[in-house]
Amino acid sequence: MNSVLDVPTLQVNVARKVFPAVAGRAANHVLDAIAFDVEAGSFVAITGPSGGGKSTLLNIIAGLDRAFDGDIRFFDPNLNVAFVFQSPRLLPWRTVRENIALVLPPNDPRHANIDELLGRVGLADAAHAYPEMISLGMQRRAALARAFILEPDILLMDEPFVSLDDPTAQGLRQLLMELWSRRPTTVLFVTHDRQEAVMLASRVICLAGTPASVVQDEAVALEIGERVDRDKVRAEQNRIFGVV
Amino acid sequence: MQHEAGAPFGAIRIGRIGWTLISLSTLLALWAIAAAIVQSRYLPDPLTVVEVMAREWQNGDLWRNIIATLIRVFFSFTIAIFVGSAIGLLLGRHPLADRFFDPWVSFFLNLPALVIIILCYIWFGLTEVAAVLAVAINKIPNVAVTMREGARSLSKDLIEMAQIYRFGWWKTLRHVTVPQLAPFFIAASRTGLSLVWKIVLVVEAFGRSDGVGYQLNIAFQLFDVPMILAYSLAFIAVVQLIELALLQPMITRTNRWRR
Repeated sequence: MNSVLDVPTLQVNVARKVFPAVAGRAANHVLDAIAFDVEAGSFVAITGPSGGGKSTLLNIIAGLDRAFDGDIRFFDPNLNVAFVFQSPRLLPWRTVRENIALVLPPNDPRHANIDELLGRVGLADAAHAYPEMISLGMQRRAALARAFILEPDILLMDEPFVSLDDPTAQGLRQLLMELWSRRPTTVLFVTHDRQEAVMLASRVICLAGTPASVVQDEAVALEIGERVDRDKVRAEQNRIFGVV
Repeated sequence: MQHEAGAPFGAIRIGRIGWTLISLSTLLALWAIAAAIVQSRYLPDPLTVVEVMAREWQNGDLWRNIIATLIRVFFSFTIAIFVGSAIGLLLGRHPLADRFFDPWVSFFLNLPALVIIILCYIWFGLTEVAAVLAVAINKIPNVAVTMREGARSLSKDLIEMAQIYRFGWWKTLRHVTVPQLAPFFIAASRTGLSLVWKIVLVVEAFGRSDGVGYQLNIAFQLFDVPMILAYSLAFIAVVQLIELALLQPMITRTNRWRR
């Protein structure tokens, strides 16, 4: 899929997104004139204030929300898309391993990779546990494994590490980087955390305003090795967003 | 002082089965005392009832009638569960259909069982089909209402997950929808079974020539109370056995993933 690198994998064009008025609440115009291309293999962070329409935009890109003006164009309509949601959204009545296996068609050769992947995300011992019996951090790792087993062409992530303590979140970010460098894929990563955005992404798109539109779109000038260095990340964050 | 199941009773710990035994023997003892005081053939003592039960067992009538009843229970229960679930899911997922059909559901919920039975027999004759249908129609609205609640509470999050990961309709039904509906399904089955077997007896009394209900009707015409009690107790035992052997394991299995 990555053979034609000059062609964007994805063209996003959301002219207008309005949530209609419901039960006494006025209509809510959340997104306006958002247009950008996503190059194959790039890691794009979409950042902006909480409640600012980032998740709405991601749901539109994922095809979960089709009530908007504009269009989302995939370079190849058969692209393999995976989504890591804000809550893990595992099936509580299926074990961790079953949750991962379920996203693959039966008899798919990738079934053979499940146990190795479970080991890599540190869930080898929890393979047969039910999601409610393991911690949120572990559930998040299971959700990551579920996305990566598909070897997706596009990976959409909506605040996947929110409401975790800092070391756990940091561990998961490193895990994501490791999985991603092992098998690079196009990533759209929504977060309100600018530091997280700079640390992970090759490009940062910043949404702001009501309705939200793109106010900033910058490449992140950090090498892979520099991303684990908190000072370098902080410096790059200050360069892009200005010193707070 | 309160004693709960499993709590120490004197020096001995009594389990759940122990409590059930104590409770039932007390009831039996009260019955025996009442029968001894009243001394009427309309209130036989437990021993007389057991004798009748043994006699009916030996001549084969007891089993023949209970099995006839159980077959009717099975068919009407199965039809009611399937049709009721389908209607409930439809109404729970489609607000427009719900708005339109809700008065129908209320109508059938409030239609007395007796009316449905009489009309079925008048319209379809005194046949097996009419009997089973009458019981099923009585039960369908209850199942539909319970399953509608279940369908309304389906998680949109998990449906979206299934959509993203291209589960398709069968995988979604099997792994996403049905497990969420399981508690509602069990609730519908439980109330279903207890309601169905009561109505089946009425249907049999009205227009069948075998089954526990038929036998009870004959006994009623003869004012044969020992026979009435013998059949009732045998049937209660069978229904309890089904509940314990089928429904309880199903409940345990569907709840195994819960914390």
